[in-house]
Amino acid sequence: MSDAVDALLVTVLLLNFFVLGTSRLRAVINATALQGILLGVLAVLAHHEFSVRPILIALGAASIKGFVIPWLLLRAMRDVAIRREVEPFIGYIPSLFAGAVATGLAIVFAATLPLADEHVGSLLVPASLATVLTGFIVLTTRRKAITQVAGYLILENGIFIMGLTLVEAIPFLVEVGVLLDLLVGIFIMGIMIYQINREFASLDTAQLTHLRE
Amino acid sequence: MAVALVLVPLLFALAALAIPSNRLRPWLVPVGGSVHLVLVLWALTQPHVSGLGGWLVVDSVARLVLALTSVLFFLCSIYARGYLALYPDRSNRIFCACMFAFIAMLTLIAEAQHLGLMWVAIETTTLASAPMLYFQRSPRSLEATWKYLLIGSVGIALALLGSLFLAYSELRGGLQPSLLLGDLIADAPRLSKPWLRSAFVILFVGYGTKMGLAPMHTWKPDAYGEAPGLVGTLLAGGLTNCAFLAILRFYKICSASGDPRFAQELMIVVGLFSMAVAGVFMARQKDFKRMLAYSSVEHMGILVLGVGIGGAGVFGSMLHMLNNGLAKGVLFLSAANIHRAYASKTTDEVRGALHRLPVSAALLLAGFFAITGSPPFGLFLSEFTILSAAISGAHYAIAGVFLLLLVVIFTGMGATVLTVVQGKPSPNASATTLRDDFSSVMPGIVLIGLVLMLGVYIPGPVNALVRDAALALEAGR
Repeated sequence: MSDAVDALLVTVLLLNFFVLGTSRLRAVINATALQGILLGVLAVLAHHEFSVRPILIALGAASIKGFVIPWLLLRAMRDVAIRREVEPFIGYIPSLFAGAVATGLAIVFAATLPLADEHVGSLLVPASLATVLTGFIVLTTRRKAITQVAGYLILENGIFIMGLTLVEAIPFLVEVGVLLDLLVGIFIMGIMIYQINREFASLDTAQLTHLRE
Repeated sequence: MAVALVLVPLLFALAALAIPSNRLRPWLVPVGGSVHLVLVLWALTQPHVSGLGGWLVVDSVARLVLALTSVLFFLCSIYARGYLALYPDRSNRIFCACMFAFIAMLTLIAEAQHLGLMWVAIETTTLASAPMLYFQRSPRSLEATWKYLLIGSVGIALALLGSLFLAYSELRGGLQPSLLLGDLIADAPRLSKPWLRSAFVILFVGYGTKMGLAPMHTWKPDAYGEAPGLVGTLLAGGLTNCAFLAILRFYKICSASGDPRFAQELMIVVGLFSMAVAGVFMARQKDFKRMLAYSSVEHMGILVLGVGIGGAGVFGSMLHMLNNGLAKGVLFLSAANIHRAYASKTTDEVRGALHRLPVSAALLLAGFFAITGSPPFGLFLSEFTILSAAISGAHYAIAGVFLLLLVVIFTGMGATVLTVVQGKPSPNASATTLRDDFSSVMPGIVLIGLVLMLGVYIPGPVNALVRDAALALEAGR
């Protein structure tokens, strides 16, 4: 069981690097979608006994993160007719390097935190922190609004992994609320993306520079 | 009852969506605002209000925040009616619905005893306020809304990570993980310290982003600069205080764990840094709405500073939350009136507002003296309380820096405000026909009256609210 969990987590980490190294927006969106589906599988595996609740959460997470949100983003991408990230603030090789450093730091930091007995040796905590940091890197170094939203999604995925260590602590209602907020948030961001494209004839957030000191 | 406080505004939101007439819908806002105020005042007279099996409790800190938020929302709702009437051609359906959803979520944040539920409510405020920010439909407001939405969402996501760290500190401490505040405080001494400390830092950064503490404040000047004045008021006087309340909840857990020192040090450093950043950017600030945003950064800094100093500083901080929230209402609403009357918000074009808008300009001037802590306004009292707490706690360096920054901010802000209100309107300033009327100045007059009252005499019930909130935070130390 825990081997399967670790294998999935390694796949999640590899997807982080894939996102950091690619310029094609469709590939970025597909990678985050795949991450979302993997998280759904992880959510089922993380529970020790099978019951209805984790299955529901896993289905909800996988369908929202793996299908609905990517569909919203792909639609936004089609509406505004762009395919590639151009000239990120830092290049792809440096961002891969930053991702590697962030993953290393996440492992070091996680090692300093005392883990509960059932998580000793598991990749859950370092993978969570590494994914959060990757999301942060994508958010801050990319110019296109859609890539920034994908970065936010990756960051959320990292937090979701952390939540897997605490399945008993988070009530059903709250978990549903978190997912719904994410969905509505992305929906509003999708509307904004459309408006930005209309106003500035570009999705380049580097053009959002009217408001400056 | 606690459920009704959240549910009633949500019903009003649905009603706002259902009403077809763009002209009649804004009248619903003051009606809903009054109903919420009546409900909150009624709840304040009750000794114990709770709901959802203990997930919602109106405890002493929540009572203070709710009272302030509801009064502000009521006055903003009156202002909103007149404001929306100025734009008859623009659909206000989403705006009205979002206003009600926003106040419902602020109420939920104040009442929530489950930290996960509180998180959901805070995230929802971001989503509910974004369409209100974008009401003006200009490229600049689009840019501000995008930054607000993205930075706010990331901050809130970090807060979720911090909440999970907190739950993990229970798991590691050998406890059943639970995010109920009561459980966490009761079990605080047994929480795993490294996880608790990491959790507090992440939560402080996350909710601090929402509160607008430097250096996580970057969304604030843009959002407040472009938002309609009443939305600025709701954010600066309502939402930021609710984010502060969230930080207080976690601070309470830290202090109950017997280890408040590091949390206090963090709050003192970030508090003073926020004031310093505000001081730097307020000097020669030409845009008077952005200036108000930096003023908000400053006062958020003062709030966490007071709690960081501890002792009487906590009482000062609670009183300051009340004073700052009310005074921010005066400033944002009067600045919005001036902005509209000149169709500009920089001191290059806006001069001599006392001639064109005597009441709004006088309110801005009075609000400036109030917010910078001049006697006899309430902020003098609360800032003085925090200062004397610093001195009596032998934090002389902190007290010195605090005083210095207050003086710097007074001069920086004064230069801009005086340019706006004094002199003659410049001949090439674009003139609009908008002038002061009842619904645009009445809320500001009531608010400045309240700030003045709090400086001269604090009525018994208000004093009890503030004292109980401070005691609840200090208890168990």
